[in-house]
Amino acid sequence: MLDELDKRLLNRVQTNLPVVPEPYRELARELGTTEEEVINRLRRLIETKVIRRLGAIFDSRNVGYKGTLCALKVPAERIAEVAAEVNKFAGVTHNYLRDHEYNMWFTVLAPSEEKLHEIVQEIRERTGIQEYLFLPAVKIFKIRVNFDLLEEQDVE
Amino acid sequence: MLNKLERALVRELQEGLPLVKRPFLEIAQKLKISEEEVLARVRDFMQRGIIRRFGAAVRHQDLGYVANAMVVWRVPDERVPEVGRIMSSFPEVTHCYERARDPQWPYNLYTVVHGQTEEQCREIAARLSAAAGINDYQVLFSTAELKKSSMKYFLEDEW
Repeated sequence: MLDELDKRLLNRVQTNLPVVPEPYRELARELGTTEEEVINRLRRLIETKVIRRLGAIFDSRNVGYKGTLCALKVPAERIAEVAAEVNKFAGVTHNYLRDHEYNMWFTVLAPSEEKLHEIVQEIRERTGIQEYLFLPAVKIFKIRVNFDLLEEQDVE
Repeated sequence: MLNKLERALVRELQEGLPLVKRPFLEIAQKLKISEEEVLARVRDFMQRGIIRRFGAAVRHQDLGYVANAMVVWRVPDERVPEVGRIMSSFPEVTHCYERARDPQWPYNLYTVVHGQTEEQCREIAARLSAAAGINDYQVLFSTAELKKSSMKYFLEDEW
């Protein structure tokens, strides 16, 4: 599992990395370790999928993409088949099953509003699911994805 | 709108920061520009909000946050800014969005709450409800993750 240095490293890299020629060396300096150690640990944390991605996390809207949240009412026996159709689209980045009559909730991103509607229309045609929700964001109040691991450890 | 070089830089950066001593130099060589220009453009992307964060995306489920719920709220339009602000102030709330209402679905404010258990998520929702004075809501737990991927932008571009 994760040792103390892993946790400190994870906490550190969840905020912004130094945008300098040698960012891992700078991290090593901050954490009191070596550049090699930082690179090796990051590689391991990525390989073991603790870190899903290291680097730029883009704001899709500011990149110029349009997005929406969608929900479908999928009959229980068709979930796997419908999920396969939905997930085929690269613009579908998250898809969750939820305990509700609208049970399949997914996000779609596309380069334009028109393309976004096209994708959703195509999903409806391919799956034949008629009952769906189209819920584009109007305003974002908060997106926070980093947690303090050390603090969590203290609570336990 | 991003220009061609900027789109190419997005395309490189979205593959993850190379785990080498000079990662920006590696990207620079692929784009045939200087390391300083890459660094300057990354900083510019951060300033313009195109890069929201330059760091690690971590899988929370591996780290003890086993339960998360999407809580949907029916909020009178004129109270949305205030309620959004109140709910965002809770550390357990990681996402708070206003969304368009659907004819079949009257909910217009969406929060994602994280906790150690489902029970804890319900308690957080109850506290949000009390704090904001909004009583019409539903707590939707995820029972399976069917897909989770990072978006790849501008793949159709030629460069």
